[in-house]
Amino acid sequence: MMDTEFLARLQFAFTIGFHYIYPPLSIGLGVILVIMEAMYVKTKNKKYEEMTKFWVKVFALTFAIGVATGIVMEFEFGTNWASYSRFVGDVFGSALAAEGIFAFFLESGFLAILVFGWDKVSYKVHFFGTIMVALGAMFSAVWIVVANSWMQTPTGYHIVDYGNYSRAEITDFWAMVFNPSTFERLSHTLSGAWLAGAFLVISVSAYYLLKNKHLDFAKTSLKIGISVALFASLFQLFTGHQSADKVAAIQPAKLAAYEAHFDSSAVADMYLFGWVDEENKKVDFGIKIPTMLSFLVHFDPSKPVTGLNAFPEDERPPVNIIFQSYHIMVAIGMTLILISLISIYLWKKNKLFENKLWLKILVASVLLPQIANQLGWLSAEVGRQPWIVYGLLKTSDGLSKNVTSDQIIFSLVLFTIIYLLLFVLFIFLLDNKIKHGPVHPEEIHSEYDRQKEILA
Amino acid sequence: MDLNLIWFILIAVLLTGYAILDGFDLGVGAIHLFTKTDDERRIFINSIGPVWDGNEVWLVTAGGALFAAFPEVYATVFSGFYTAFMLLLFVLIFRAVSIEFRSKQPMKWWRNMWDVLFSFASIFIAFLMGVALGNIATGIPLTPEKEFYGSFLSLVNPFTVLVGITTVALFMMHGSIYVVMKTEGELHDKIRGWVNNTIIFFVICYVTTTMATLIYIPHMVEPFKQNPVLFVVALLNMLAIANIPREIYHERDFYAFLSSCAAIVALISLFAIGIFPNMVISNPELQNSLTIYNAASSKQTLNTMLIIAIIGIPFVLAYTISIYWIFRGKVKINETSY
Repeated sequence: MMDTEFLARLQFAFTIGFHYIYPPLSIGLGVILVIMEAMYVKTKNKKYEEMTKFWVKVFALTFAIGVATGIVMEFEFGTNWASYSRFVGDVFGSALAAEGIFAFFLESGFLAILVFGWDKVSYKVHFFGTIMVALGAMFSAVWIVVANSWMQTPTGYHIVDYGNYSRAEITDFWAMVFNPSTFERLSHTLSGAWLAGAFLVISVSAYYLLKNKHLDFAKTSLKIGISVALFASLFQLFTGHQSADKVAAIQPAKLAAYEAHFDSSAVADMYLFGWVDEENKKVDFGIKIPTMLSFLVHFDPSKPVTGLNAFPEDERPPVNIIFQSYHIMVAIGMTLILISLISIYLWKKNKLFENKLWLKILVASVLLPQIANQLGWLSAEVGRQPWIVYGLLKTSDGLSKNVTSDQIIFSLVLFTIIYLLLFVLFIFLLDNKIKHGPVHPEEIHSEYDRQKEILA
Repeated sequence: MDLNLIWFILIAVLLTGYAILDGFDLGVGAIHLFTKTDDERRIFINSIGPVWDGNEVWLVTAGGALFAAFPEVYATVFSGFYTAFMLLLFVLIFRAVSIEFRSKQPMKWWRNMWDVLFSFASIFIAFLMGVALGNIATGIPLTPEKEFYGSFLSLVNPFTVLVGITTVALFMMHGSIYVVMKTEGELHDKIRGWVNNTIIFFVICYVTTTMATLIYIPHMVEPFKQNPVLFVVALLNMLAIANIPREIYHERDFYAFLSSCAAIVALISLFAIGIFPNMVISNPELQNSLTIYNAASSKQTLNTMLIIAIIGIPFVLAYTISIYWIFRGKVKINETSY
């Protein structure tokens, strides 16, 4: 019989991992839609209208699957983590409900205008709708990251004892919202999401260029995608550094696991890669920059950094998995900056649209931000272990007491089946939309064709 | 009025919104197989096509509000009904997938297969929700720590199954009126004929459930004995239901739909009054029940959330009204519809 804690975490990791394919795409595409439609509003060039219409369809698809898989997440706190929900409902539930009321309705409400409202409202109203949808998508990130950041760095609450149980209650709503890690984690999450959207646009545009289709559309889309990617990837470096600094200051155990730093009395090195031997507390096959971590944390290469041995055995996160995912994430982040810079260089040299090899790389690059986003969350969440709320509640104390491992295995099987189906559907529909491609507004003559276009 | 009561009402309002909106699209699914030709089935699916996922937003918001305002209820019910809720999630997503897949291939066997799956999924969702409500009415075994200690099978008994079937019947009636409203011509006249049958089916279920409640679930009746004026709600419910065939007869389809909505509002009100001030009744140890007071978040949080709700609700309503306005009128099928 497998233990319920492992199964419940596995199920949460699987369902949140699958869910998190979609929201970053919505957030990233949202920003790009605003840029494209702003160009349209400014220049009245039909090309931008056509681009906006095409990406709205892709946006709607990612949004729909994000909603379907998001319902699962909302249910799971109660089904699998009932003790956690009782303990934090007052705090965490509030952020979640705020997301539902503010972000979700804003996003889905204006999405109807975006998708179906082209002929029903003026282009200015439509543009306003696009801005609202993009904001709505970001707001939902705001509230979810607020809720999650509270789990990392809880503030603005007190623990109230009710005799047979105790729980966290909000004392200061805004202190809860702007807890110490909210800002760094939110900006880091958002720039990751922008990258996901930008590289989807880049990938599809490069694909059209390779296939010699929709060239005008593809070139302009590619330029927009690359510009957003350059900004977002550099911003990502900055927010990543800010986040790591915050982690060093308030979650030292997590930082120690990121860099596999065991000894508190020693200066800390920074690894480019390596394999952590957790038993012997050392890193094998690694290449390191000596004293770099000490320098980054303290601006002084001779100062020691808090290591894992500063924490009791049972309060240390697992090291190697965090070390690996953190380092791969960082490596991908650097790669994305490199890809953006090379693309900009080729663009300026007027070689971007002809270089087949580079276009092929760009087609594949869509996977990189996705992998980095997944690994980033993995480092952040596993790095918090064994706590579910850092320093307050252990993950093992957050489970539903009455749910058995058989029940979780049953639901895991259900989710595996349905998410497989959903993923097939997503790829199928995305492929359909890409193959169908953008359509020139002049080519649409009848109301019937317009309807058809909207639904394609 | 105290905050806990306001939140109890707000949760009921959200669930009512969900039942009215997703209720008709589940109902359309439930009667889907009764119509045989592909064209008619496409009209059925396209009548709910642009709106069904927006309808589910209400479920998400109700869940979030429950988590924030009554975390103990959220935790107890969701973990207690674990298997049932996991099935519910599975079928909810499955239903969405079957709507999408159906139209992608023209083969008869392909479409029939997804039709059957779509329809059974719709029925099953309505049934599961009814069973869950039935269990809230009968009460479920809770420990002093508010943990459910029954089994999945203990949730399925004649009374809860009856409430499940009644819910299916209610949504069938609601959904068929919706289809009447959204169709024209031959199909319209055909479904008009069905509405009376669905009403009869629903009334039989409803009367049986009411009798069973009166006999076996006395605590649901107690609030009505103490405040006889509340009987007005039951009376309004009957009037709303009785009004449906009348409006259908006079071909005022929209008013028939409104009557059906009113019936749903009245039914949920009856239910809410019946369990009040409990939210989850503990049976047999009544003292372990979750009430709107011992299951709630702190006063400060309820207050903050109320401000959030007051800011948010206009958006919610604007959203719902605008999308239904855009998609008003009869369903038209073209090559690219579902």
